[in-house]
Amino acid sequence: MKPGRPGKSYDIHRLPPVWNALLHLFAGGFAFVCIFPFVFVVILSFTDENALLMYGYRIVPEQWSTQAYTYLFKTGDQLFRSYGVTILITVIGTLLSVCMTTLYAYALSRSNFKYRKFFTFFAFFTMLFGGGLVPTYIVVAQMLQLKDTLWALILPMAMNAFHIIVLRTFLQTMVPNPIIESGKIDGASEFRILFRLVVPISLPGIATIALFCTLSYWNDWFNALLYIDSGHLVPLQSLLMRIEQSMQFIISNSALLNSGQSREMLQSLPQETTRMAMVVLATGPIVFAYPFFQRYFIQGLTIGAVKD
Amino acid sequence: MKALQSKMRDLGRNGAFLLMVLPGAAWFLIFCYLPMPGAILAFKQYRLDLGGFFEGLIYSEWTGLRNFEFLFRAHDAYIITRNTVLYNLVFIILGLVLSVAMAIILFNLTQKKLAKLYQTGMFMPYFLSWIIVSYFVFSFLSVDKGVLNQLLVSLGIEPVHWYSEPKYWPFILVFMNIWKGLGYSSVVYLAAIAGIDKTYYEAAMIDGASKWQQTMNITLPLIKPMMIVLTILAVGGIFRADFGLFYQVPRDSGPLFSMTNVIDTYVYRSMKVLGDFGLAAAAGFYQSVVGFILVLTANWAVKKVNEDQALF
Repeated sequence: MKPGRPGKSYDIHRLPPVWNALLHLFAGGFAFVCIFPFVFVVILSFTDENALLMYGYRIVPEQWSTQAYTYLFKTGDQLFRSYGVTILITVIGTLLSVCMTTLYAYALSRSNFKYRKFFTFFAFFTMLFGGGLVPTYIVVAQMLQLKDTLWALILPMAMNAFHIIVLRTFLQTMVPNPIIESGKIDGASEFRILFRLVVPISLPGIATIALFCTLSYWNDWFNALLYIDSGHLVPLQSLLMRIEQSMQFIISNSALLNSGQSREMLQSLPQETTRMAMVVLATGPIVFAYPFFQRYFIQGLTIGAVKD
Repeated sequence: MKALQSKMRDLGRNGAFLLMVLPGAAWFLIFCYLPMPGAILAFKQYRLDLGGFFEGLIYSEWTGLRNFEFLFRAHDAYIITRNTVLYNLVFIILGLVLSVAMAIILFNLTQKKLAKLYQTGMFMPYFLSWIIVSYFVFSFLSVDKGVLNQLLVSLGIEPVHWYSEPKYWPFILVFMNIWKGLGYSSVVYLAAIAGIDKTYYEAAMIDGASKWQQTMNITLPLIKPMMIVLTILAVGGIFRADFGLFYQVPRDSGPLFSMTNVIDTYVYRSMKVLGDFGLAAAAGFYQSVVGFILVLTANWAVKKVNEDQALF
């Protein structure tokens, strides 16, 4: 207890100590459960392959090893290729998405745009109703002929009504009207006002959208699942999924395939610890970056949760 | 003539804005609105060989309700609807209670630095893809090497074949959903709570209100509107399942389908695995239409209760 409060068992402004401890245990315990699997996978990736095969997944391995990583850096052509694909689609996709979203949201944020209501609804309605997976698939794969191209990984995620509404709300509340008026008085065009006056003071809002996009491009596997067949366009997440699926296939068909054949197939796949090392390399950048960016996400989520 | 002139003037004045929305509007048109009429594929036998989207859409043979008959007769519709709706209901209720509780706990912890650390920790799963999560889950549930089975064996209990025993999966899926989403949703509520005017709490403390009383009489009533809006949004989406959770975490394992198959996975499998576009479109149509009605109903219900909180 703080000095200067004699005779009082606890401060009424604070939680009683027992409750405080219990709640710490609850919240801290859950936070631990959230982080632990990642730490565990890191440990597994540094486990000796033979020790892992013998004793199973152990929190404290019988034998440590960096073999998985040396193996990956020596032979991981596909891994680096997929890394490249993921970085490429993340960069192009985020740039494209941020530009389109900013332009759209800015127009909606201006009360003197006459068709503002219509275009707000035009975007908002897509959150309520959709044609479904099949027609979308046919449009992308057959009409636009995007199958097995990088654009199939970029375009289907380029816009999102939620991002537009978040950014529009941000612009409406954060950009003071006099700034826009002053631009008008100086005779600046609408585009000039947007790029010279509005964008510089709206960077936190735009950064929020950019981070949302970066995250969804980095983590995307669904578009690859639908539209990508050729190995050299497989992004990182999708590569991990494919390895997992082939494992599953071999395991569930091991009775049918003769044992030599299935052993051969298993050998063509990365070993257990190598796969864990790939998971670590795929998540590492995010896990180490998000604590620094989380406030932008919180800001975006909070604005998004507030009704317009 | 005059009307036309004023129309042209409008366009001119709004030209810059129209130019700004053009790329985005074109995207919505192609990727969202163009597929919408494609919903009629549910009533057709779609043929890929007709040369294009529109040709396929128009010239494919009408089959009436045959796709739906197949869907509903095969018992599939019942299972996927039951799974989708029940899982989502549990997610919504449990998610609401736990995330509000967690936000209130984090807000009231005496050690603010630690509370911030916990918040950062439980936010992490939000940033991971379901593929990564499925690797995490596998390290616990793997039959021969997983941590859980090691634990069971060391306790002298028979190991469990997790990926072929459907009865455990409702618990696993609910747990994983909460695990991945709780940090995110509690952060949203925490931000709302942090935004509450401090003078309310100061006044309550002067009157000697305990933390519990403050929570019940200040915090909860003030975040109630937000709870209602977010819950309604979630109820509107009760027909849409999280594809990654139901497809990746159970590793697409066949024996688990009775507990893990939801509308989204069913549509995907009908289309990509079976190649039955008609059946997939029928299931998708069923999902879109019922989902849309649910959103409208939910919004109407809120409007009845409180006009201000309706979404549109």
